[in-house]
Amino acid sequence: MTTNSSVTAPTPAAAQEKGQRIHIGEWIIENLIRLAGLSTVLIVGLIFLFLVREGGPAFLDIPLRQLFGSRWYPIEGIFGLLPLLVGSLIVTVGAVVIAVPLGLICAIYLGEIAPTWQREILKPLIEMLAGIPSIVLGFLGWVVLAPLIQNAGAATGLTAFTGAIILAYMSLPTIISISEDALYAVPKEYRDGALAIGATQWQTIWRVVLPAARSGIVIAVMLGIGRAIGETMAVMMVTGNAANIPALSSGVIFQPVRTMTATIAAEMGEVAQGSLHYNTLFGIGIVLFVITFAINSLAGRIVGTRGARRTGAKL
Amino acid sequence: MENKIDVRDFNFYYSSFHALKGLTIPIRERQITALIGPSGCGKSTFLRSLNRMNDTIAGTSATGEVLLDGKNIYAPDVDVTDLRNRVGMVFQRPNPFPQSIYDNVAFGPRVTGRASGRALDVIVEESLEGAGLWGEIKHRLRDSALSLNPGQQQRLCIARAIAVKPEVILMDEPCSALDPVATLKVEELMRVLAKEYTIVIVTHNMQQAARVSDFTGFFWLGELVEFGPTTQLFSTPQQELTESYITGRRG
Repeated sequence: MTTNSSVTAPTPAAAQEKGQRIHIGEWIIENLIRLAGLSTVLIVGLIFLFLVREGGPAFLDIPLRQLFGSRWYPIEGIFGLLPLLVGSLIVTVGAVVIAVPLGLICAIYLGEIAPTWQREILKPLIEMLAGIPSIVLGFLGWVVLAPLIQNAGAATGLTAFTGAIILAYMSLPTIISISEDALYAVPKEYRDGALAIGATQWQTIWRVVLPAARSGIVIAVMLGIGRAIGETMAVMMVTGNAANIPALSSGVIFQPVRTMTATIAAEMGEVAQGSLHYNTLFGIGIVLFVITFAINSLAGRIVGTRGARRTGAKL
Repeated sequence: MENKIDVRDFNFYYSSFHALKGLTIPIRERQITALIGPSGCGKSTFLRSLNRMNDTIAGTSATGEVLLDGKNIYAPDVDVTDLRNRVGMVFQRPNPFPQSIYDNVAFGPRVTGRASGRALDVIVEESLEGAGLWGEIKHRLRDSALSLNPGQQQRLCIARAIAVKPEVILMDEPCSALDPVATLKVEELMRVLAKEYTIVIVTHNMQQAARVSDFTGFFWLGELVEFGPTTQLFSTPQQELTESYITGRRG
């Protein structure tokens, strides 16, 4: 701009016009971006409003004591969400307990220990695992896993444990690849610093690299849980679909359960629109929404503490 | 005067690239040895050979001997972690871990299982004292190390290195990321540390080499051109190449 004006000094008016044109272009782009951003918020808001409109009556019309009761018999008009909540909880927690350690160990192996040629084979394979349709994993659970579990002594092979294994496998690729990215982002200087003091490779990973990658790993785990809690079809196939609270015993995970998502998917086709049953299914949707929201905020909080550390706040 | 490290006919290769060629260098005990030379001449590679940090780079190999107290550190029975305990390192860019100041200094004693509890507190205090940092930060040991300024971070890295009581400290251009005041502090610290430790420093800055070191080696394209007492090398260099480099005509 300055070199231009030294060659042919434009009149102030022309310069102003050009400035204005740039300004208008800027204004348009800025507002397009703002619109894109706001529309996401708007859509989430609308979905939530819709959920509340359709599902809200369930919370108003059903006595709370019944709503959080342990009996889910929609045909008799008894809507207790507890068995579904417990079902989802058992399957999801089970999946997390299996998937998080396995995924982390795998990510550490890939990112820190494996030689390059192994990494080049393993990474695409893991990404392929992510691409397997969940229904196929459901098949696998039904045909292979369920008989195995039944032979191992369970009353039926379709149990919470079967669902947990299938879900764990479904969330593994997410956990592995995102934690591996997080490990990769840890500066080499940290590893050098630790090794140069005489730390072993394992001490370096455990005491320096993992803590430094903490926020990314938390995100990986949360996204993995998100995938697990929202998954429907495969879980429906292998958990046995019994809306009972499993008996509290050592074999609690080897009994059939039914998750919230599976309930919505299985019953939505048969309800009369506008009925209490219909409203209750949407009510389950609200509960799911709230749980996911809570998990995400929790993740944000954990990651947030770490952000504050970076700028030098107290630990 | 004893040689703490004796390098004999040492060659180093990155795959097929011959980076260090037949180096023979004596490193004197409790003296500061400076290595100067243009970028890419191999001085950093040489420094990293002295505690085998180059092992972390794939495809490298070495021949010849590096004798630490008379024992070759490239012998097959050498424990590398043990070696690095004895030969510590401070890097070009300050690299404190994203943990508290205390945890940074305590890292070495913890991983070597040397101390815990009260004894660890004492080591942390001594090390920070030794790095001239204790007075500035004794009230904020629980703060993140990343909240310190770059000069303090570098001295923290020195404290972290001396916390395992090494015998030799290698410094790879330790002041190149620091401002003049912080540089001066680190240089003063080096002189103090040289009473207890053998120090080898790589530097771009010839004034720095002249100011702090007792011996200086001049590297050129992977070879050692000249080695001698610093005062002699800077006042009456024996090689023409050395003279033209230190007077700024080459390099």
